[in-house]
Amino acid sequence: MKFRTIISIVFLALSISSVAHAQLQLNGAGATFPAVIYSKWFDEYKNATGVQFNYQAIGSGGGIKQITEGTVDFGATDGPMSDQQLAEAKSKQGADVLHIPTVMGAVVVSYNIPGLNGKLNLDGTTLANIFLGNITKWNDGAIAKLNPKVSLPDKAIVVAHRSDGSGTSFIFTDYLTKVSKDWETKVGKGTSVNWPVGLGGKGNDGVAGLVKQTEGSVGYVELAYAVKNNIAYATMKNKAGKFVEASFSSVSAAAEGSSKDMPADLRVSITDAAGKDSYPISGFTWLLVYQNMKDEAKANALVNFLKWAMGKGQTFATELYYAPLPKAVVKMCEKNISTITANGKKIK
Amino acid sequence: MRKVETSSKKKSLFKKILSSSNVGDFIFERLTLLFAVSVFLLVILLGYEMYQGSKLSIEKFGWSFLVNSTWDPVREIYGALPIIYGTVVSAALALIIALPLSIGVAIYLSEVAPPWLEKPLSFLVELLAGIPSVIYGLWGIFVLVPWIRKVVEPYLSDKLGYLPFFKGAPYGFGLLAAVIILSVMVLPIISSISRDVLKSVPRSQREAALALGASKWQSTMIVLRDARPGILGATMLGLGRAIGETMAVTMVIGNRALISPSLFDPSYTMASVIANEFTEATSEMYLSALIELALVLFVITIIINALARLLVWSMDRKWKTT
Repeated sequence: MKFRTIISIVFLALSISSVAHAQLQLNGAGATFPAVIYSKWFDEYKNATGVQFNYQAIGSGGGIKQITEGTVDFGATDGPMSDQQLAEAKSKQGADVLHIPTVMGAVVVSYNIPGLNGKLNLDGTTLANIFLGNITKWNDGAIAKLNPKVSLPDKAIVVAHRSDGSGTSFIFTDYLTKVSKDWETKVGKGTSVNWPVGLGGKGNDGVAGLVKQTEGSVGYVELAYAVKNNIAYATMKNKAGKFVEASFSSVSAAAEGSSKDMPADLRVSITDAAGKDSYPISGFTWLLVYQNMKDEAKANALVNFLKWAMGKGQTFATELYYAPLPKAVVKMCEKNISTITANGKKIK
Repeated sequence: MRKVETSSKKKSLFKKILSSSNVGDFIFERLTLLFAVSVFLLVILLGYEMYQGSKLSIEKFGWSFLVNSTWDPVREIYGALPIIYGTVVSAALALIIALPLSIGVAIYLSEVAPPWLEKPLSFLVELLAGIPSVIYGLWGIFVLVPWIRKVVEPYLSDKLGYLPFFKGAPYGFGLLAAVIILSVMVLPIISSISRDVLKSVPRSQREAALALGASKWQSTMIVLRDARPGILGATMLGLGRAIGETMAVTMVIGNRALISPSLFDPSYTMASVIANEFTEATSEMYLSALIELALVLFVITIIINALARLLVWSMDRKWKTT
């Protein structure tokens, strides 16, 4: 009796998996930051068209590696591929990799200053000096100058940063690299860097936990995480000299502001963007696809999905705490998507 | 009788094996041999794969990987000294705290405790050993770290602040928190195995000692002497867990590659670095350096295990000759 049940279960499983094989399935892997909206998209899109997606949020590094090796149909990353990586992918798969921005995120500076009423104002140089360990007290002249209305305590600053490699760290350090020569020469930008000072926490929750528990601390977390968890964050001075609070509209404004001089391949950082409403620590997240794909059915499905993501897909962004792409960027994306071919043939 | 013998001679070797009464033994022997060899092969394969994966980094950095103390993924300079230091020091300090405590627990459970208390206590100790490490980590963040920051570190820096080990600002997160959490995790492993080892010492040993007029303390010391190799083995298992522990440690250690004498400062361990940075390591050299880190961890584990074996062996010999 027991044996028979097992046999029937095995057969049932086999028949289900063969049904699944009959459907078209696109495989992808990469960044964890956009995983929430991607799974929403894939779900919505499957209901609308029947195309199945299998996305594994293994991190940007893994996404780049897998698309380079050709083990997935698309990759996803929070930091653009380097020229060297693009060349490697081309030599291995014989096609160029396209970067398609999908949504945007921002990084906010959260803090824990006991007795502070009102919001903290910061600018890029001061932030860099804090994270370099040059500014060590909250009542330092540089911080006080930016915050004339509040009284800051004579308390040591404790810096908190991400210990795990992440796109959040990439955007944050990319911004500091742009605004501070000192940061550029001493630390630089990357998903993990050699932090000069501070404590490392794992994930957004790790950093948020460090900041919440430690008096006098300052750290950085994703905007989405801060909004969801009601974490106070600093107002940042942007390139135009205006203090801007991070929000979905100010992040979209950053992409709008830098859209005029964006390169055609859209591998661009939008930190420290021009425009008076731009929030300066913003960034894209990208899907990585090959410009020429070998499987025609898959190429068709992927192109249609990307078009859908640029249109209807964008409407899901804000409810999931991502900033939607501004129109100017959507146009550039659509232009790039239309260049995708299957075995050299254009896709209808 | 004779006929039977000749007919059996005609049988092929294969049939001989099958017909012999030892066929079960034969299969059993070969099968277990296969299992044993596969473990051996697995270790070799692991080492080889890691060596292959880390070739790039080994060729570029050579020995400087082990002695350089800059870990900078941006400039692709990888020196693992502070990370190795953090791993070894946190595990060793945890063991120093946990070992006397666990042996005390084991002695109480096997020699002193009345049966009605021994059963539930042993159960609790074994339960502790089975708790997933992420739960220890959460407990560390929400209970242990605030306690260290508010009570332990101010007290230590007040009373012993002149020592270099207790200097610096009390963050709570840091080497001290990692050491304490590791010792809590290691304690149930060492004590539950040591208890079993102590219990397996023949009763006659205790009876003989008591009959000769030894006190309870003296007889316990004799039992303890008999159980030494087993306790050492348990300690090594505990050390293995402490060195390889990832989740709980990374949640409280502060995660910065730093060599500092102060227990208050943040530190980093090899397992934590690998777990933290592997997913977003995009360049070949970066990945290679992380795999080399794994290789170093692997080699350190092997060395520690070999030393432990050696220690057990030499103790065994000494014990037999005296």
